[in-house]
Amino acid sequence: MSGTYLGMPAFPEAARAAVRDETLRGNLRHATHTIRAKRAGAVAEVPDWAALREAGKRIKDHTLRHLDRYLVQVEESVTAAGGLVHWAADADEANRIVTRLVEETGESEVVKVKSMATQEIGLNEALEAAGIRAYETDLAELIVQLGRDRPSHILVPAIHRNRGEIRDIFRSEMGEWGRPAPDGLTDTPAELAEAARLHLREKFLRAKVGISGANFVVAETGTLVVVESEGNGRMCLTLPETLISVVGIEKIVPTWRDLEVFLQTLPRSSTAERMNPYTSMWTGTTDGDGPRTFHLVLLDNGRTDTLADEVGRQALRCIRCSACLNVCPVYERAGGHAYGSVYPGPIGAILSPQLRGTGSAVDASLPYASSLCGACYEVCPVAIDIPEVLVHLRERVVQGGPATRHGNRVVLKPAKGHAAERAAMRAARWAFTHPGALRAGQRLASRTCRFLPRTLPGPGRAWTGSRDLPEVPSEPFRDWWQRTRGGRDGTK
Amino acid sequence: MSSRERILGRVRRALADVPRDDAPYERAIARDYLREHGERTVAETVELLAENLADYRAIVHRTTPRELPSLIMRLLAERGPRSVLVPPGLPPEWLSAADPTLVHDRAPSTPRELDEVESVVTGCALAIAETGTIVLDGSPDQGRRRITLVPDHHICVVRVPGQVVSSVPQALERLDPARPLTWISGPSATSDIELDRVEGVHGPRTLEVVLLEDRPAD
Repeated sequence: MSGTYLGMPAFPEAARAAVRDETLRGNLRHATHTIRAKRAGAVAEVPDWAALREAGKRIKDHTLRHLDRYLVQVEESVTAAGGLVHWAADADEANRIVTRLVEETGESEVVKVKSMATQEIGLNEALEAAGIRAYETDLAELIVQLGRDRPSHILVPAIHRNRGEIRDIFRSEMGEWGRPAPDGLTDTPAELAEAARLHLREKFLRAKVGISGANFVVAETGTLVVVESEGNGRMCLTLPETLISVVGIEKIVPTWRDLEVFLQTLPRSSTAERMNPYTSMWTGTTDGDGPRTFHLVLLDNGRTDTLADEVGRQALRCIRCSACLNVCPVYERAGGHAYGSVYPGPIGAILSPQLRGTGSAVDASLPYASSLCGACYEVCPVAIDIPEVLVHLRERVVQGGPATRHGNRVVLKPAKGHAAERAAMRAARWAFTHPGALRAGQRLASRTCRFLPRTLPGPGRAWTGSRDLPEVPSEPFRDWWQRTRGGRDGTK
Repeated sequence: MSSRERILGRVRRALADVPRDDAPYERAIARDYLREHGERTVAETVELLAENLADYRAIVHRTTPRELPSLIMRLLAERGPRSVLVPPGLPPEWLSAADPTLVHDRAPSTPRELDEVESVVTGCALAIAETGTIVLDGSPDQGRRRITLVPDHHICVVRVPGQVVSSVPQALERLDPARPLTWISGPSATSDIELDRVEGVHGPRTLEVVLLEDRPAD
């Protein structure tokens, strides 16, 4: 994934700074609560939501289970419609392909539709290194790019910024990139949107190369689908002469009809709308309408490694709606940057460590960036059991074991730093299989409870650094059960 | 080995657990969801379309074939554009009473030239009542995708009830995936500032939808 995030601290350190930032917490609380209530309303409008969710899950699962066949079908149908298909095993290869394709047009600037895949591979940085300037055109991406910032939300990358901060960024930075912000720009959202419209129009009108991702690729027809709100997507997809779409291999759906499920669940889950303002669908090239050349770059970059994990592969069902971020109590407090990845929140906590492996400090910590409350699973429109995958990945971090990296089977070593946890679990196993010792230990703890410390000493200190120790009752449960015959004799 | 072979090989190895007789597509997917939500008469479906269009800030008008030219003339006069873009196959009578200069879209027209035109009038492929969506498919009465994108004011005529479907599943059944499709639900908007919806970014900031009664609704 992107080099932008190399050397990120583990989640707890990054989150500790974020939760102390009161502006950030206020911005996040306001935004996530606004969308949460609206989403619930949009979902309640369709009585068959549960059936749509189940169908979406099954379509994605079926596609993943036969992905080789559908990939070949996509290649055939896109090629038959006049598109050119490229395959990229990793981020470097995808960046090399796109850079070469842009260079072949002779252009030195491109306009971009918001795309998670191109952020994941660090495409803008790779193009810059080749002397090609990439202009982000989604409003939130523009705010992030002008502010030399990093995205913190899948749908609204600048969710950590409030209107006042956005106005300040526009005032100070727009001039560097093109048309400056209008004089007297205020912080009303309508005026900020107008400033972005004026700033970007010039770039749209002269653009010769557009770069996008896609929400869906239909195998039977070769159709690509981009779902958006502002119209910047339509600009990038129709005005340039060359269009390059970088798409993860998990974005495939088998048939045209399958879109009837996702075009109902995605808008309601992401922006809480019955339908997003604009959806573009194109199949190859069309004479006299839109780009004359269309390239599709199919991206692996860790997806096949994720696919190899029978529990973890469900993360590839994700349609990037971001509903799980908006309901997550951890995301609401820590913000997106702490996750050290373009995929923040609950889905990021299971996707990033699978796409990148659990080798780095941040990736090994991500499966723990959750209270396992399950709200993410409940709102997920493709029913990804995020808590199940989190627990599975925790096990992999602590115990090690088989995994797939870069297409090769490897055996991971247990992570360092979990020795105390493993020792505690071994001790617990011993105690629970030796009832006599357990009973004696519980009685001892009850009798000495007022002498017990509030925090653990030694290797246990880290654990109690962010948790209170449970209070020890004055009588063990099993003694109480025996004494009162399970409470039947009425005594306490 | 090419990257294509490498990726396909990785996929096949990753799926070693999938049995040969895994359920085929038709059996693997349960379609227990509804084809449309609720039972409505044709007239009620048109009414729902009008409501949902207006809910997302499209301006809705209803008219008859006889009144259409004067309605379009009035809508254009209210905005006062000097010129209006016309797709090649627009019924000429629609703009027979319009005052602004008609600009016919031509293949060599550059985006910059289109940016000089303030308004555009088109038909559509269909409209979806449940979501308040109009869909364009590039037919001659709608033109290239760019002509409904660059001007700031779009007037779209929907023949009711003939072009109206209830739901997203019904819309996909009627659309041809080989054509370039644009689904439009209200004017351009963004939720990027504090996750609150604001209308009017890059696409047309004013969307007027004319519901043209092509036969009396029952």
